[in-house]
Amino acid sequence: MDLFLYVWRQSGPEDKGSLEQYQARDISPDMSFLEMLDEVNEELTREGREPIAFDHDCREGICGSCSQVINGIPHGPQEKTTVCQLHMRHFRDGDTIYIEPWRARAFPVIKDLIVDRSSLDRIIQAGGYVSVHTGGVPDANAVLIPKTDAEKAMDAAECIGCGACVAACPNGSAMLFTAAKVTHLAMLPQGRVEAARRVCVMTEAMLREGFGNCSNHYECQSVCPKGIKVSFIAKLNREYLKSVADKP
Amino acid sequence: MSGAYKILDGKCPSGPLSEKWDRRRQELKLVNPANKRKYRVIVVGTGLAGASAAATLGELGYQVHAFCFQDSPRRGHSIAAQGGINAAKNYPNDGDSIYRLFYDTIKGGDFRAREANIYRLATISSSIIDQCVAQGVPFARDYAGYLDNRSFGGAQVSRTFYARGQTGQQLLLGAFAALSRQVKAGSVRLYPRTEMLDLVLIGGEAKGITVRDLVTGEIRSHAADAVCLCTGGYMNVFYLSTNAMGSNVTATFRAYKKGAFFANPCFTQIHPTCIPVTGDHQSKLTLMSESLRNDGRVWVPKKKDDQRKPHEIPEDERDYYLERKYPSFGNLAPRDIASRAAKEVCDEGRGVGPGGRGVYLDFGDAIQRFGREKIAERYGNLFDMYEQITAENAYERPMRIYPAPHYAMGGLWVDYNLQSSIPGLFVLGEANFSDHGGNRLGASALMQGLADGYFIISYTIADYLAGIRPGTADDQHPDFRRSREDVAAVTNRLLSIKGRKTANDFHRQLGRIMWEDVGMARSKESLNRALKLIPELRAEFWGNLRVPGSGAGLNQELEKAGRVADFLEFGELMAFDALHREESCGGHFRVEHQMPDGEAKRDDGNFCYVAAWEFGGPEKNPQLHKEPLIFENVQLATRSYK
Repeated sequence: MDLFLYVWRQSGPEDKGSLEQYQARDISPDMSFLEMLDEVNEELTREGREPIAFDHDCREGICGSCSQVINGIPHGPQEKTTVCQLHMRHFRDGDTIYIEPWRARAFPVIKDLIVDRSSLDRIIQAGGYVSVHTGGVPDANAVLIPKTDAEKAMDAAECIGCGACVAACPNGSAMLFTAAKVTHLAMLPQGRVEAARRVCVMTEAMLREGFGNCSNHYECQSVCPKGIKVSFIAKLNREYLKSVADKP
Repeated sequence: MSGAYKILDGKCPSGPLSEKWDRRRQELKLVNPANKRKYRVIVVGTGLAGASAAATLGELGYQVHAFCFQDSPRRGHSIAAQGGINAAKNYPNDGDSIYRLFYDTIKGGDFRAREANIYRLATISSSIIDQCVAQGVPFARDYAGYLDNRSFGGAQVSRTFYARGQTGQQLLLGAFAALSRQVKAGSVRLYPRTEMLDLVLIGGEAKGITVRDLVTGEIRSHAADAVCLCTGGYMNVFYLSTNAMGSNVTATFRAYKKGAFFANPCFTQIHPTCIPVTGDHQSKLTLMSESLRNDGRVWVPKKKDDQRKPHEIPEDERDYYLERKYPSFGNLAPRDIASRAAKEVCDEGRGVGPGGRGVYLDFGDAIQRFGREKIAERYGNLFDMYEQITAENAYERPMRIYPAPHYAMGGLWVDYNLQSSIPGLFVLGEANFSDHGGNRLGASALMQGLADGYFIISYTIADYLAGIRPGTADDQHPDFRRSREDVAAVTNRLLSIKGRKTANDFHRQLGRIMWEDVGMARSKESLNRALKLIPELRAEFWGNLRVPGSGAGLNQELEKAGRVADFLEFGELMAFDALHREESCGGHFRVEHQMPDGEAKRDDGNFCYVAAWEFGGPEKNPQLHKEPLIFENVQLATRSYK
């Protein structure tokens, strides 16, 4: 099939950027979306023109590198699917596709479709961990964890940190990301000890990085490739209120 | 090959197997806590080995500088490991022990690895699970709240711990959390989107690296007291593999060119359960976890060119060839054996799907026995992933799978202390060669990466650091300046060719040569052909490559070109090693050396050694050195899974 693409091109953070038109020809329905872009890039490269820069790595939907807004939707039209796992069989011959980067104040554009998401890592660095030393820990079965708690922790831990939730949110909020990390550790006895402090420092870091707040649009949940639920945001709020209320 | 080879010493401790690591820890020197902060350690790569090493060394008080080419350290390709991590906990009470994990691993590796290393790995395995649980890794549990286990290939016990089909991701997030804690504490400094392009030696010792900042294009050096390479494997030499797009050989290969020996490059693992190739456009292959073989049965039709749909083929016309050939291990035969068996039935014309390059992995029986819900709980995300890629529903029809390049057992040569042949250069995880011999068992890569990073390097690097004065290296030293000039020269050369083919064109061509001639079945003829074709392709690369744009700023084509340039040299080294190893063992199968029933024929008389190659100079043959493998505890046996 043949497709018309409008792709965001921006040479650097200072550049204004614009949508440029390209054509993708002879695209097989078995290709992934990124393989379709590979074809376009190969052609541009052979012509000596600059290929479209985009982040990608594992191409298995797990590393969270790929980050494109396709026809207005982060990761494109397929539910619970990263761009790298989106296949061209979901498009039709002659379609026009708009491709843009994640857009949020906390994600400055580096080039074309590549944005700087290190703000998410700084939320983790603020306290998204259990302060355990290497070595000197108890046997893995010493502390039992109810299966339902472990499963809920895992539901939250599935977050791949791609930032689609931020890109989808009208407030550019990282609440779903932060809530997933907070819930994952708060559900486990190992993470419980520092839970009150953790939720405060991570929330503060989130605001400091320029992410907005949550006003219950739930766009984040609908674009999340791992199906992270907004109920975790309720959990984050509860943890936060509890920690504030418990403060001496 | 020319000149006399050296006999390398793995520096394994003496004494009984079970006391070796304790004994070594007694011998190793320590660095005083107040002095640790004076030492700077560079860690390149932030997958499981790198992130755990950086976090642990930072916590001990060293100044750690951690580098990765990804935008975040939490995206290292360990994240894609699905099935699990082994540990000799014997929680299920099914007969496991440290010795059994050790024996399974050494046998699984076809007796081409060091006893002492593997025994240490098996010993440490339990501590890794403890550590990860303490970090909050949400491993699967049973209803009583205890940890759950599953089985993996090459073992008859259930010793694999898992977190749904995302074990690697969860372990890496755990290591990343530990790393983040050290970043906050100020002991680790991160350099994401930064690629190592050279190792710098001063007076024969590793004293730093030269990197390119992938955002600004700046080429700069970082000086340190020691360097740890945790940069993963080289399977993208096959172009199509289960590795991430960015996975490359550049860091280890450039260290090789600076004098680090490269060991057993021909030991490559082709994983039996991957989604088959659909066409030339394909950019990578997707693994379906080995854990699926717990419940899935592998089969092909008994008839050649059987065009019927799988459900139309009656039970007695199906060949469950793994169960037939290896009754005691069945569908859980080790990877090398399962892959070769798949290739064999497809070569016979009994393969299924487009091009006949596929076999069925059938869950029909398991779904009948346990119900669809139970299977979904165990493998739901894998079934979803399969459907996203193939548009087929594996609950209703068997998966189609085929072998694909997956893991490199070979890597930079290291001694028992994980130190390479260059003093001060340590190599961890998949990037080294040390623990898996000719074939790695499933769920052992995560174990090795974390053992190296959490529990080994902190002891062994101290011994090296205690013997040198800290902070002597300066990035203005002439050797650093020369390194920057060399890196800049290569970059400029890549940009100035202005030919007609892309880096990807060359990579795809190289991959085809490697897969056909240095792949699952190798012969003297195919290897000699590869040794002729690769240099020709390399010459064409340097005459006809096109890299648009400039070196000043983000340029993904330039990054790719640099990596492909290294693969074009490394592929030749791999073929060289495969040609010299006149035996079949593990993932290295030479068609000239097989048993009458087609099983691998090892030659312990002549090849019971580690082949460590020394760079011989540009366009010159590498020099072979040998580390004899001495087995004091296990008897070299024919590896049988029948």
